[in-house]
Amino acid sequence: MKDKQDVQQGTLSLMVLKTLGVRGQQHGWGIARRIEQISGDLLAVNQGTLYPLLLKLEHEGSVTSEWGASDNNRRARFYELTKAGRKQPQAETRNWEQTAAIIARFFNVKAEDLL
Amino acid sequence: MRFLRRFFIRLSNFATAKRADQRLREELAENVALQTEENLRAGMSPAEARRQAALKLGAAQTIREHHNAEQGLPLAENLLLDIRYAFRMLLRSPGFSLIVIATMALGVGATTAIYSVIDATLLHPLPYPHPSKLVRIQANLPGVGAHDIGFSIPELRDLQNSGIFQNVSLWFFGTDTLTGSGQPTRIAGKSVSPTYFAVLGVHAQLGRTFDPHDATPGFNNEVVISDGFWKRALGADPNIVGKTLRVDNDPALVVGVMPASFRDQGQTNEQVGTELWAATGFYPDPPSQPTRNARTPYSTIARLQPGLSPEDAQQHIDALVASLKKQYPADYPSQGAWTIHLTPLAESLVGNVRQSLILLFGAVGLVLLISCVNVANLLLARASARGREMAVRQALGAARMRLVRQLFTESLLLFVLGGVAGFAVLFCARKFLLQFVPESLPRLNDISISWGVLAFAIVVSVAAGTIFGLVPAFLTSRLNLTATLRQEGRGSSGSRRSSRLRHVLVIGELALSLVLMVAAGLLLRSFWDLFNVQLGFNPTRVMAIESSLPNPNDPSTDIYRTATQESVFLRETLRRIRTLPGVEETAVSDRQAIPLGHGQNDRRLVPLVREGQEGQDRQPPLLDTSIVSPDYFHVLGMSLVRGRFFADQDLESTPLVAVINQAAARTYWPNQDPVGKRVRMLGRLGRARPDATTIVGVVADAHTESLADASVPQMYLDLYQRPAKFLAFYLRGPVDPAAISEQVRTQIQAVDPELPVFHPETLKDVLASSLSVRRFSMEMVALFAITALLLAGLGIYGTISFLVNEQSREIAIRLALGAQRSNILRMVLRQGLTLACAGAGVGLVGALIVSHLMTNLLYGVSPYDLSIFAGVTAVLTAVAIAASYVPALRAMRLDPLTTLQSG
Repeated sequence: MKDKQDVQQGTLSLMVLKTLGVRGQQHGWGIARRIEQISGDLLAVNQGTLYPLLLKLEHEGSVTSEWGASDNNRRARFYELTKAGRKQPQAETRNWEQTAAIIARFFNVKAEDLL
Repeated sequence: MRFLRRFFIRLSNFATAKRADQRLREELAENVALQTEENLRAGMSPAEARRQAALKLGAAQTIREHHNAEQGLPLAENLLLDIRYAFRMLLRSPGFSLIVIATMALGVGATTAIYSVIDATLLHPLPYPHPSKLVRIQANLPGVGAHDIGFSIPELRDLQNSGIFQNVSLWFFGTDTLTGSGQPTRIAGKSVSPTYFAVLGVHAQLGRTFDPHDATPGFNNEVVISDGFWKRALGADPNIVGKTLRVDNDPALVVGVMPASFRDQGQTNEQVGTELWAATGFYPDPPSQPTRNARTPYSTIARLQPGLSPEDAQQHIDALVASLKKQYPADYPSQGAWTIHLTPLAESLVGNVRQSLILLFGAVGLVLLISCVNVANLLLARASARGREMAVRQALGAARMRLVRQLFTESLLLFVLGGVAGFAVLFCARKFLLQFVPESLPRLNDISISWGVLAFAIVVSVAAGTIFGLVPAFLTSRLNLTATLRQEGRGSSGSRRSSRLRHVLVIGELALSLVLMVAAGLLLRSFWDLFNVQLGFNPTRVMAIESSLPNPNDPSTDIYRTATQESVFLRETLRRIRTLPGVEETAVSDRQAIPLGHGQNDRRLVPLVREGQEGQDRQPPLLDTSIVSPDYFHVLGMSLVRGRFFADQDLESTPLVAVINQAAARTYWPNQDPVGKRVRMLGRLGRARPDATTIVGVVADAHTESLADASVPQMYLDLYQRPAKFLAFYLRGPVDPAAISEQVRTQIQAVDPELPVFHPETLKDVLASSLSVRRFSMEMVALFAITALLLAGLGIYGTISFLVNEQSREIAIRLALGAQRSNILRMVLRQGLTLACAGAGVGLVGALIVSHLMTNLLYGVSPYDLSIFAGVTAVLTAVAIAASYVPALRAMRLDPLTTLQSG
């Protein structure tokens, strides 16, 4: 537990969208669990921050939610990507890749490159 | 987009108070259940599984808060709560709230009232399309000190063809006499170039306006009438266009009726209410071709070409002037230094009232500032009383910003309520208040309490609330928690910082009111000096009644063409008027000669060529000229200095004579005796009249032109030698003002039934109305100064009372130790006096600056008048001492025992 990183600010929404994109309909706990799994259990999702985020995404029109029955027949709220929500990760992915590439250049920079 | 969508959903959730609490709770429960199951699968004990699940979820309350914040708009929700709480606090101390609201109502109400006047006169655009393109064109001869000399017809054509203006129009306001049915009536009329309505950019509601390309030399006999006149005098005849009225004995073809909403441009209400416009080319038919130096004494307005700013236009005009001077050197001698100046029309209509209004706005702004300072002071005083409440709330975990926000909401609410109350009072009392606005104020009718004025009131109160509410809010919330809480319920002693601030505020208040009082004192002195100026003529028991002779286009139909013809009528009329009850003496003149009875635009400037100096006088000086009957000087009690006045033997057939005043003698015949000197006057067409005029007398300078200035050079001509059309009859004696105008009308119309008789006025009234704007601004500033003084007195009273409260323990101990009660009294008074002295010191510096800026508005009093500065300082100090005396007495009578026990 100690080694796990908290999710960085602003990245959680992309993870949520991506998870929903891959796995389809999910309930809140499921999403949190998937994110942790995908990260190879290196990330700890503070589940409390997840629910306000889901509400925000819903307000923005990226996801919809409805009541449904979970695997063991409990009432649960299921989240699903909307059409707009499906497009959103693509743009954000590009942004992230760009940022990552820039950061990578800084890691690789050597003194002679700057001459 | 996404942001907007989110915002609107939150807004609608907030508005409908929709909560997602239930949903969240279920989701959280489900989350815990699922996590617990997983933990169980991982082999934990049921209790441990639930515990770990709850731990992983985190604090449920925080999640709920975040969730709720996401669901609605937390800022707005808090604001609503704050406002509700602020209202409760307001009702809990109604006395305090009432005082604050009343103070702010006074400040904002007064400021808004003055703003509404400024809005109408200075800020409102003229009611014509693209009003910024309208300019007034003035020609000046600064070299000989002549302003607004008018343009000749060739100059007018140059202006029109310069490409700078779309249209240029001359206009001349006068009165026309309408005859033909019933009583001859006099209506406010304007003679205008046919381009006039094209310049203004307005159209007729019925028929048409004049054709701007009309080039008829004289009157083309077409008239346009106002909607008011059409309805009032012509019964709103729908077929009026094409009918003929008889105006000044001429047939006038009505070509159009202006819309009801149309207001003419002009400086006075009378001009704005013009009812009839007659088109004219402003020069008679050929053969007399208009010459370049025969200037018409009329006003000129124009509309600039689109895309040309007034500044650019002025540059083009300067270039035009330079080239005209080169082209016609004989007509523009260099000593006159002919220039043309463009003024935005809106600005020229307001004229010198602007300064007075800005002064008033400054004064009322100071009153507003003082009210705000007073309120801020009260808020600070209450803040220290609420120190304990704030401390407790902070101890219980309220964030400081949250407290500031709430305190700020409270004060803002007070300010806004005050502003709204002030506006409401103003709105209800607007009719009553308008009575005090002088009638000579330009655009008086445009003054209204409009939405713009309401917006102003709200903006002012919010701004004041923000500035003066924020600081007390910050100071109130900044507390030393333990210290405040330890002070067992006494809760008084506010922080040192806030008490220092309160002193600064009171000093500021005193300083501001000193500035206002000095301004009021200076204005009062100026007004008083003007009011008591040695007029040089005697207006008592003199009444003036106007009439006008017809001025037909065709001179052959004019029965008053020559002075001889007119003098028959005048002598007979005067003889008849003299028989009226109470009338002792009579005289008649043209209307320019009514003392103080006309504005600057009404002057008749006549070029004066002195005999023997013709060579020098290539650019003759222009002299203000009146035409009067021989008795005029006697009726007005003006005194002769040299020579003689006009006499009965001066007739049209005898040599022309003139009387000048001392100022003219000094200016044009320095160190000489002007009596016997001869001058030639240029006629209207620019040709020097062949016969010279001999100066026969010098009359003492009098304030007939301007109350502030007796030394305007004047020349008087004999009415029996030179005819005039617009007449004023003077009656001296104990007449009955109510009946006299009818009696005079009967007598005048007994001689000529076609003449209108109007505008009866005593010279005292003329005098009073010439002072009305000054009186208005003086009274208003004085009123504001008194208000300021009262507010400052209240402020110092509050501060000293507060000090006494704070120091009551100290005072009680001193008394118990045997201090003299008179020492206590002196100690408290000293505190009041210190504040007063500091306030007076700062105020005197401010007053010096302000009075320097006011120099132009003063008359006969130096802006640094010692007696006023000293007197005002004394009054302020006296008020400060009086205001500190009450709390000082209270301190002196303190009972040491009860005070110490209760503490």
